[in-house]
Amino acid sequence: MYGRKVKLRFIFIILILLSLTLSVFLVIKSLEENVIYFKSPSDVKLLGKLDKNQIRIGGMVKENSIKIKSNEVNFIITDFKNEINVTYSGVVPNLFSEGKGVVAEGYLKDRSFFEASKILAKHDENYMPPEVKEALGEK
Amino acid sequence: MIYSTLGYYSLIFGLIVSLPIFFFSIINFKNERILDNKIVSFSFIQLFLVVISFMGLVFSFVYSDFSNETVFNNSHSTKPLFYKISGTWGNHEGSLLLWLVVLTLFIFLFLIGSKGLLKKYRILTVLFHQIIIIGFFIFLIKFSSPFNFIFPTPYEGMGLNPILQDPALAIHPPILYLGYVGSSIIFSSVLAATTLNYISKNWAAHIKNWVLISWVFLTLGILLGSIWAYYELGWGGFWFWDPVENVSLMPWLALTTLLHCILILEKRSILSSWVIILSIATFTLSMCGTFLVRSGILNSVHTFANDPERGLFILTFLFILVLISLIVFFTFHKSENQNPNSFFLISKETSILINNWFMMYFLSVVLIGTLYPIFLDVISSQKISVGPPFYHKLIVPFLIPFLIFMAIGPQLKWIKAELQNKIHLVVIFIISLLISFLIFKNLEINFLVNTVLVGSAFYLFFITIRDFFLKKPNNIQQNIAHFGFSLLILSILFNNIFSSELITNLKVGESFKNDRFEIIFNNLKKSKEKNYISFKGNFSIRENEIKDELEPELRVYNQPNIITSEADIKTTFFMDKFITMNSVQNEEYFNIRYQVKPFMLWIWISVLLISLGGLISLFKKKV
Repeated sequence: MYGRKVKLRFIFIILILLSLTLSVFLVIKSLEENVIYFKSPSDVKLLGKLDKNQIRIGGMVKENSIKIKSNEVNFIITDFKNEINVTYSGVVPNLFSEGKGVVAEGYLKDRSFFEASKILAKHDENYMPPEVKEALGEK
Repeated sequence: MIYSTLGYYSLIFGLIVSLPIFFFSIINFKNERILDNKIVSFSFIQLFLVVISFMGLVFSFVYSDFSNETVFNNSHSTKPLFYKISGTWGNHEGSLLLWLVVLTLFIFLFLIGSKGLLKKYRILTVLFHQIIIIGFFIFLIKFSSPFNFIFPTPYEGMGLNPILQDPALAIHPPILYLGYVGSSIIFSSVLAATTLNYISKNWAAHIKNWVLISWVFLTLGILLGSIWAYYELGWGGFWFWDPVENVSLMPWLALTTLLHCILILEKRSILSSWVIILSIATFTLSMCGTFLVRSGILNSVHTFANDPERGLFILTFLFILVLISLIVFFTFHKSENQNPNSFFLISKETSILINNWFMMYFLSVVLIGTLYPIFLDVISSQKISVGPPFYHKLIVPFLIPFLIFMAIGPQLKWIKAELQNKIHLVVIFIISLLISFLIFKNLEINFLVNTVLVGSAFYLFFITIRDFFLKKPNNIQQNIAHFGFSLLILSILFNNIFSSELITNLKVGESFKNDRFEIIFNNLKKSKEKNYISFKGNFSIRENEIKDELEPELRVYNQPNIITSEADIKTTFFMDKFITMNSVQNEEYFNIRYQVKPFMLWIWISVLLISLGGLISLFKKKV
């Protein structure tokens, strides 16, 4: 009925389609699991349910809020409406200081406590992450 | 002042020179049999003018001419000469001017180096390339001129971002751009060849050199960027899956795939459509890289320019180029049907196709991970980021079959391979798994995946070593590159698994001790350098009777006022000891991070080996 070549080509196309579907499925599934959402302290207050996943929180480091001990750093992130306490043990970027923008990555303990696993480095004193700018937008 | 004016006008004249190139090309295309020398001469004039323009910018930087806006924004009179020069391409405008220099240089080299080839093909390549060149000219002159004047002339410049003041990063952009822009020649040439139905063994052998050149430079460019990130950003890693790194990895993946396909095309003259698509994709990805990095769309440490108008231009330009290439592809390309007995299931062709499948898969993962956050932001203004776990989860498991096929593929013959006398392949595989099993037996980590993964990397490692000593060195370039890749994967894996770190906050004179390390903060020395103040900490680190002294540094730059930390790294054959120190605002505490990273040196060496493979292949052909 059909030649050998046509059959081969047919199998080839099916194989390609199958592998394509498989990889798309894998990618989407992995995206769902590994995406990190960005929230401002006000967003956190409005959260219906506490997120179990890793998130990022951005805003300003509140004045006089940095407390440093030998094994951890504590500070408060504010967007001038709401604030959130952050505990962190790890490397602090050089431009991390009071009154400057910051993005912390980690897990929420509850609506006002955040345990950060990473503080994102900023390399320019005038630079503010677009998200932070937006989170502070109304001010 | 004079240099900027000179630079600006030679840029405009350079654009005007495109006219005679177009004119003579079209006349020449219809009439004579040999290539008109005027085209070569005008290409040279264009190159010359662009180089003059570039030198104009370099001299504006060297003499700190702050009436030039680019110089004002990116330089400072106290900056060392070396960084004044490298500052030329450390910014948006200058780096695009550098793109243009390389674009014109490469088309000139192409004209010189393609003497034996079809005349029409050479002319069409020049024409297609001129479209790209003109696009860049217009972009540079209209949207991002490096020669804008400021009046009144400022007294002092804004300074170059200190983290860019670094030898590796000074040469990183030019090397990377040589790779990026090399893909533009492949692009123009593929379009010309498609139009003329000239895609053949001859053409493949000729364009292979350009593929190799861009591939080697792109590899080295990425390596330099990684080394820089490793010691300058202070996280002790060399790859962060940051969007800006990804945009350089994507053309690399496409180019590597193309390199393998060109080999098939050269030997067997099949797969020509695939080669065309890959060439277009490589160039598009390179352009996308420039667009994503320079338009400020990425929220990333690398983005130093923020200007949506420029982004829009590059995007439109890119769209036009892709449109042209698609039209050319669908109008002129005739798929090859003159090769009925193509190849059998077990053959070198199949293994290269499998390699292509994996490369395309890796490419799509990186592409989605990079673009999805931007896409989501545009349509729903949700802010997300896609981190390393995403990439690791999707890429690492697929490395296992990838490595195994990479080991077996080169053992097979073209068209049809026999499976007899291949017992050594199985034996070596079992030995590799066994070695990896012994290494991981006593470790509490994800046992199965790591054992199999390291086993397959060892497999490629041993197979390539065996080939190197047993076979005649007729394919030494492939052998070395594949060996380098196995070494790279092994080093990265061991580096990840066996790294250890310690993070603590210390005051001067304090010490910290855990079950493995003891770290003492001896003293802090302050000294004044040319454009920064240096604070050098002295640390003693003890680990099992081995004592090291390390001196990380904090630099407070005067202009712009930025603090950077310089890691101190003690590199030995088998491991790196890496320490950074950060200040925390107004506190006596310093934030200390100490890491022991095994096989760091081997990561760099293996990438060098990979590009060495490309270099050998490039020069072997000429002999």
